[in-house]
Amino acid sequence: MLRPALVAIGAFFTLMLLYSFGAGAVSYISEPPAATVEHEFHLPPKEVAFSFNGPLGHYDRQQLQRGFQVYKEVCSACHSLKFVSFRDLQQIGYNEAEVKAIAKQWAIKTPDVDPATGEMSTRDPVPADKFPKPFANNVAAAAANNNAIPPDLSLMTKARHHGSAYVYSLLTGYQPQPAELLKKFPDAATPPGLNYNPYFPNLNLAMAQPLVAEGQVTYTDGTKPTVDQMAQDIAAFLTWTAEPKLENRRSAGLAALVFLAIATGLAYAAYQNIWRDKKH
Amino acid sequence: MSFPWAEHYTPKAPVMKWLDERLPLPRLVYGAVGAGYPVPRNLNYFWNFGVLAGVALMIQIVSGIVLGMHYAANELVAFGTTEHIMRDVNAGWAIRYAHANGASFFFIVVYLHIFRGLYYGSYKAPREMVWLLGLVIFLLMMATAFMGYVLPWGQMSYWGAKVITGLFGAIPVVGEPIQTWLLGGFAPGNAALNRFFSLHYLLPFVIAGVIILHIWALHIPGSNNPTGVDVKGPQDTVPFHPYYTAKDGFGLGVFLILFSILLFFAPNFLGHPDNYIEANPLSTPAHIVPEWYFWPFYAILRAFTFDFFFVPAKLLGVVAMFASILLLFFLPWLDNSPVRSGSYRPLFKKFFWFGLIPCVLILGYCGGAPAEEPYVMLSQLASAYYFAHFLIILPAIAYFEKPLPLPNSITEAVLAKHGAKNDTDSRGLTPGAVPAE
Ligand code: HEC
Repeated sequence: MLRPALVAIGAFFTLMLLYSFGAGAVSYISEPPAATVEHEFHLPPKEVAFSFNGPLGHYDRQQLQRGFQVYKEVCSACHSLKFVSFRDLQQIGYNEAEVKAIAKQWAIKTPDVDPATGEMSTRDPVPADKFPKPFANNVAAAAANNNAIPPDLSLMTKARHHGSAYVYSLLTGYQPQPAELLKKFPDAATPPGLNYNPYFPNLNLAMAQPLVAEGQVTYTDGTKPTVDQMAQDIAAFLTWTAEPKLENRRSAGLAALVFLAIATGLAYAAYQNIWRDKKH
Repeated sequence: MSFPWAEHYTPKAPVMKWLDERLPLPRLVYGAVGAGYPVPRNLNYFWNFGVLAGVALMIQIVSGIVLGMHYAANELVAFGTTEHIMRDVNAGWAIRYAHANGASFFFIVVYLHIFRGLYYGSYKAPREMVWLLGLVIFLLMMATAFMGYVLPWGQMSYWGAKVITGLFGAIPVVGEPIQTWLLGGFAPGNAALNRFFSLHYLLPFVIAGVIILHIWALHIPGSNNPTGVDVKGPQDTVPFHPYYTAKDGFGLGVFLILFSILLFFAPNFLGHPDNYIEANPLSTPAHIVPEWYFWPFYAILRAFTFDFFFVPAKLLGVVAMFASILLLFFLPWLDNSPVRSGSYRPLFKKFFWFGLIPCVLILGYCGGAPAEEPYVMLSQLASAYYFAHFLIILPAIAYFEKPLPLPNSITEAVLAKHGAKNDTDSRGLTPGAVPAE
């Protein structure tokens, strides 16, 4: 009794699915899905040789400091870094006094309550503070940015596929819309207030090109601040903000693997030894 | 427990004797996973995955309890406490990555364990109860994993919860009230997050309880083996300890190596980048996909694109998705070929390797892909075969198939494999005996 019922259910599902397949195939052939502009003009991130690429790569502290410089002088005007504290900068090679000075001189102040009056006020950040947000809230952020909210950058490189290369490609990918695109998709012209960038998923984003000219940021280590260099450096810095424990993770992993390789070798020897007289 | 020749526990140390007389816990362990459990001597590496699944559950429970000490299930701070664990808690990154990847490894070993059961007929009499309890564990695992994925409160957490609970909304009349009841609101929010955390903490212990029943039921008939032939006598078995503890020790080593490679060198490989964006009810991700271990079922869900008279396609998809798992509960009665092991079933083997396995892989691939052509058409073909395989082909094979001749016993099969005539070992020990330490 049970079996015929189950076979009938199976036949129902199978026929339903085959019918759906047939109908889908017919409509796929008779009216193939139209190509979309994103499909044709979106580009995968460029290849970049970061020092931390590969399973054993390390951060380049100099580069992270240059990247921080770019964040400080350019991106921090619009983007928060809410999961990172000033004191975390010690991990990229600044000493305690330098961190204190960076926090004190930070252009955006930390919101606080005035200890004398109890009114809302602001104060200089201290190393234990997270980086202060450039806008008081999302409404203010959207109002200042053509209705788009600049996302927090702390986790940006983990929140996109191939994040480090993506950030680099996005920053260096601004360009005029190709004529070919407009010819094929006349309705797809970049709307006013947006900017064409083939590395952005839907090709037009609200952020205007933030890195525009060589020397926009002053590097203290003598590196030439070309746009390409600045883009690589900020991408590296944002990789560190997203995964500050990357180096600990990799060295712990190496130790774990060495230990496990030895332990597994011994376990294999024990296994062979115990079974040596037992055919199996 | 199961065979008359099973070793009996004799405590050696006085303290163990004292304990054994008052609480025979050592005796229980000895009989369950010690020398007191006789196991077929010919098990291959596919029999490692039961123990490994147990280890994976322990990894999840231990890492999960530590995470629970630092996490707060509140929609305002959940995402932030997860980042706090990653940045400020000592070795927090290791614990969280171990937990996230541990879930994936749990599913990998359980899928291999299920695969083993399907191929070698471990679901057949007299082990039906073992199989059914195993499926209960699988369902509990899926519920636990689903709720766990919601806890970091990223974009995929939020939208995954919304889509999956939305499936209940497809049920006519009572669907939407059920969805609201499950979530404690109209959309995922604090109520949902809190109850998911509570249940996510509870269910692993329920799983541990069902595992005890699963092993208990297993010990009545004893383990199946690659020939599927019953154990005939002491020469066919070896004591679980030290033989299979040693083999499982090696298997565990390999498991931990692979686990470490993922955990330490590619911890986000199996995750989705969108879950590093905090949940935002106002912004729908371009592609909402569940974790990889749900992909085959997600593909079946999306394969239904046509209404059947008054039954909407969405409801059909939901029913089919649940049916694709529930039908496995009927498997012992769908396949009534008397031969267990696929190795001796020529027809079964063909459909298994060239039908079922490719279909499940295709479903897995399509479930992770966007709901576009050609993925939908592929899922439709693969799902059609999936249902046909279990509900039509498997019952039919049993009638038409002419199985290969079975060996008379496990020992005979082992000796034939080695081209040996008799079974005495180099020390002249009697078959089935434990070598003296
Ligand atoms: C004038 C304000 C402004 C500045 C300065 C700025 N951005 Fe942006 N950024 C935005 C806005 C607005 C968006 C949102 C764009 C959108 O969603 O269309 C954005 C988006 C982004 C994104 C996310 C793109 C995506 O995939 O969603 C990244 C990455 C980014 N900015 C990086 C940077 C970096 C790095 C800098 C510094 C070099 C920087 N931005 C400087 C306003 C700014």
